[in-house]
Amino acid sequence: MLATHSEKRTVMLLKDEVEMLRRITLFSGLPPAKLKLLAFTSDRVMYSSGENLFHQGDIGDAAYVILSGRADVLVATQTGQLKVAEVEQNSIVGEIAILCNTPRTATVKTTTALEALRIRKDDFLKLLADFPEMAVEIMRVLADRLSQTTSELTEARSRAQRAEA
Amino acid sequence: METRLSRYIWTHTRKQQLWILLVVALSMIPYFLSFDLPKQIVNGPIQGEGFEGPEATQAFLPISFSLPGLGEVNLFSGFQLEREGMLVALSLVFLLLVIVNGLFKFYINTYKGRLGERLLRRIRFELVDRVLRFPPSHFKRVKPAEISTMIKDEVEPLGGFTGDAFVQPALLGGQALTALIFILLQSLWLGLIAAFIVAIQAVIIPRMRRRLLVLGRERQLTARELSGRVSEIVDGIGTIRGHDTSNYERADIAARLGRIFKIRYDLYQWKFLVKFLNNFLAQVTPFLFYSIGGYFALQGRLDIGQLVAVIGAYKDLPGPLKELIDWDQARQDVQVKYAQVVEQFSVEPLIDPSVQATSVTAVAPITGALAAVNLSVSDDGGSKVVERVSLQVRPGEAIAITGGSTGGGEALAEAFGRLTWPESGRIMVGDDDIHDLPESVVGRRISYASSEVYTFQGSLGDNLLYGLKHAPLTEVVYEGDKAAHRRWELLEAKLAGNPSLDLNSDWIDYGAAGATGPDDLFEKVRAVLDTVLLTNDIMALAVRSTINPARHEAFAGEIVAMRGALRRRLEAEKLSDLVVFFEPGSYNVEATIGENLLFGTVTNQARWEQALESHPFFKTVLKRAGLHESFYEMGLEIAGNVVELFRDLPPDHPFFQQLTFMAAEEIPAYEALLQKVRGRTIDEVSEEDAIKIIRLCFGYIEPRHRFGLLSEELMSQIVEARREFSDGLPEDLVGIIEHYQPNRYIASASIIDNVLFGRIGHRHTDGSERIRAIVRDLFESLGLYNNVLAFGLDFDVGAGGKRLTAGQRQKLNLARALIRMSDFYIFNQPLLALDQRAQEQITRNVFAFLRQDDRKPAIVWVLANPALSELFDRQAHFENGHLVRDEAVETPAKDSDYKELAS
Repeated sequence: MLATHSEKRTVMLLKDEVEMLRRITLFSGLPPAKLKLLAFTSDRVMYSSGENLFHQGDIGDAAYVILSGRADVLVATQTGQLKVAEVEQNSIVGEIAILCNTPRTATVKTTTALEALRIRKDDFLKLLADFPEMAVEIMRVLADRLSQTTSELTEARSRAQRAEA
Repeated sequence: METRLSRYIWTHTRKQQLWILLVVALSMIPYFLSFDLPKQIVNGPIQGEGFEGPEATQAFLPISFSLPGLGEVNLFSGFQLEREGMLVALSLVFLLLVIVNGLFKFYINTYKGRLGERLLRRIRFELVDRVLRFPPSHFKRVKPAEISTMIKDEVEPLGGFTGDAFVQPALLGGQALTALIFILLQSLWLGLIAAFIVAIQAVIIPRMRRRLLVLGRERQLTARELSGRVSEIVDGIGTIRGHDTSNYERADIAARLGRIFKIRYDLYQWKFLVKFLNNFLAQVTPFLFYSIGGYFALQGRLDIGQLVAVIGAYKDLPGPLKELIDWDQARQDVQVKYAQVVEQFSVEPLIDPSVQATSVTAVAPITGALAAVNLSVSDDGGSKVVERVSLQVRPGEAIAITGGSTGGGEALAEAFGRLTWPESGRIMVGDDDIHDLPESVVGRRISYASSEVYTFQGSLGDNLLYGLKHAPLTEVVYEGDKAAHRRWELLEAKLAGNPSLDLNSDWIDYGAAGATGPDDLFEKVRAVLDTVLLTNDIMALAVRSTINPARHEAFAGEIVAMRGALRRRLEAEKLSDLVVFFEPGSYNVEATIGENLLFGTVTNQARWEQALESHPFFKTVLKRAGLHESFYEMGLEIAGNVVELFRDLPPDHPFFQQLTFMAAEEIPAYEALLQKVRGRTIDEVSEEDAIKIIRLCFGYIEPRHRFGLLSEELMSQIVEARREFSDGLPEDLVGIIEHYQPNRYIASASIIDNVLFGRIGHRHTDGSERIRAIVRDLFESLGLYNNVLAFGLDFDVGAGGKRLTAGQRQKLNLARALIRMSDFYIFNQPLLALDQRAQEQITRNVFAFLRQDDRKPAIVWVLANPALSELFDRQAHFENGHLVRDEAVETPAKDSDYKELAS
């Protein structure tokens, strides 16, 4: 079932969306005017509980910023769907897909009614092309993440070696 | 075709030419009489010749002539009239002659005009008829625009000339000769002078004009090429822009125009030089008359009346003479044009007219096999694309042709479809060569579809049924004026050598589509559209179209009734929030503020804009509703937001598609405006600026734009103002707004908008698809599906079908072939524009469609995807123009057989 109409009057406005985007690491360093444009060109979409935002294996065309509600991140395994994470307000899902052409690595399924901002890949890339300072900022965030992942990996490896020894 | 224009004209208009010549000869009598009359009037009643005494009378209208042997015969001695009476009588006779001459001229001109138009019609038809019979290879060499220019423009002067072809020389020659003889009779010397000058004109001027003809021919050729090039530019615009070669085209066109200019300028120079000379010679003669004739008159050797008559007659000599020379010029000119056109249309071998003869009766099915016998086909470069191939397609057989684009299967299919002619070998249908059989057999019993689609401009339905229009099958009964008009049409068609086929007849061969008449044809149409998966596309076109509710009253009524049904359905499925319905008493958050305020749509955008700017009504209503100021504030807010969001973007940025308030170019103006009005209240800014700002509000939708401008209070104020807008709308604004009424069809809105009577919410990603599916389902359950689909069939596909996608065009083309019940279907990769999955689905559908109801037509399918060959009985594999493998497709052994073997 879709969210009912009575919620409509409490909708978030463009400026609230901008606030929301700002709290997301990927976008936090961007100037407010650009965030506003990103929000304006994005769609506000609503899901009810139990709906899929996207499905593992699909070609990704958008990222979703969750404005309200919760969803599970599920990965298909041999024994069925495995819940690997939960996302809620102020988080972004599917952002890898708008940066590179990979299929969705997981399924995102809502567990409550959920409202999200749907950032289309084309719009996002267009924005990056037009405002290179944005791209630099995104790059910085991604590099941060990479170094974090790398150190985590190193740690995991050394732990594994120790276990073997 | 006849190569000499004059002979062509004579062959087709002999009788009429002779009649008009006779009339022209008759017209000479009053014409000659009118020459003599002025002299009689001047010499007689005016100068008093024959009226020496005060009471003297003269005979008026005596009829007497002398016959050899009998002497003077006096039939009527005439009326005796005095000098004044005579003057009046002779003047009246002069007036009468003027009228008679005028009437003759009128009759002759009309007759000639009609004659010319008929010949023009004949020749144009004949040319198009030849185009329809050109061999296929010729179409690769000619440019369509050049052919149409020839038929449309280049033969046009031929029509104008036809009427004059024989009459003009006779008439003008007669007139000039009459005038000359008359002058000669009056005065031998003056006559000889005139004749001498005429002779000079007749010899020199045509000689000088010969160069004009050469230039004229060049002009014709260059203009034709220009038209061909222009159409190439239009057709190839994508390629031109894609390769940045527009400047090359500019250079080419400029060079051509330069050449045309030079030719035309040369033409003008010569033309006016000739004109000058001609005029000079014509003016020299009167100089001689005045000087020499005057001298004679002074000497008394010539009376003044005679001199006046000579000069008067001479006035009539240069005119006809000049026209005669012009005529000769025109004759040579059109002869050249005609020869040029005929040369272009004399193509061998033309298809014999009997092959395309109209056949109204149903054609018996082909019972023999379709076979290529030792067939070779070459492409334009002369290399063989099919080499000595023999392949037999027996009735009922399904053959898959594989081998890819270089294999030769496509060329074989084209040869089967008669799109190319064999270089050697033959295509046989039973025992006959396919090219000897009439098209009424092969064009109906064999259907061909390829990915090269031609869609004619017109409705989708017309295009779908195009392949059924072989012959006028019904006799239309005309009544009253229409019957008279039809008789006239038939007579004129016959006189111009056109066929009498009636376009108003029902050309659709229902039997050939497996239907009995217009009523059950629709079922067939739907089945075919379902087969090629085109139904949903057409439904989507249909629901987006607008209809005239006055013309489809019942349907419009049902659509209005459907609004309730849709609401109930959505409620039942708990989907009510997919659509926000229009309610007269509440604000629709998914619609624009403008729509909410008017509770209707603007039907005349231009008048609306104007009224918004200058009509006091809007301001008054907004003020009274307390909205004037709020709207201004809101407009400022929108302008501020838009300027902030879009200021840095280049004007052609795709994001501007999401900007509905203003055009990209207007942003700087609004930026300046915001600066200008900053800190000022609405009363302090000019009316004009206030309107510029207020109008921004009209496009605002809160859930979409999310600027946070609407409050509950504001919304209820807007709803309040609604009534004022509908009830108080002044006379002069009626008609630019169509108000929404829950129980009335909105003529300016699409069918889907009329069903919804509301707006689909912006927030559900799949909202519109869901709604479309539900609406389609409702149409089906309410029995409206076919009506709606019929509106979709009315969709205008545009020139060359450009309003459809390539995939839709190919589906339509396939459907056009499928709807004809043929014995052989040749499909030459008909669905290349579609993806693999859709191609496969449609191929299976087509097999199911053609194999239902015990039909078993033969199918030859050039496959892009060999995986599909399991559907077929045989597979013929081509490589490099040779048939390398032709074998039955092995059907996988059935389970039962396997079990049998196993046990």
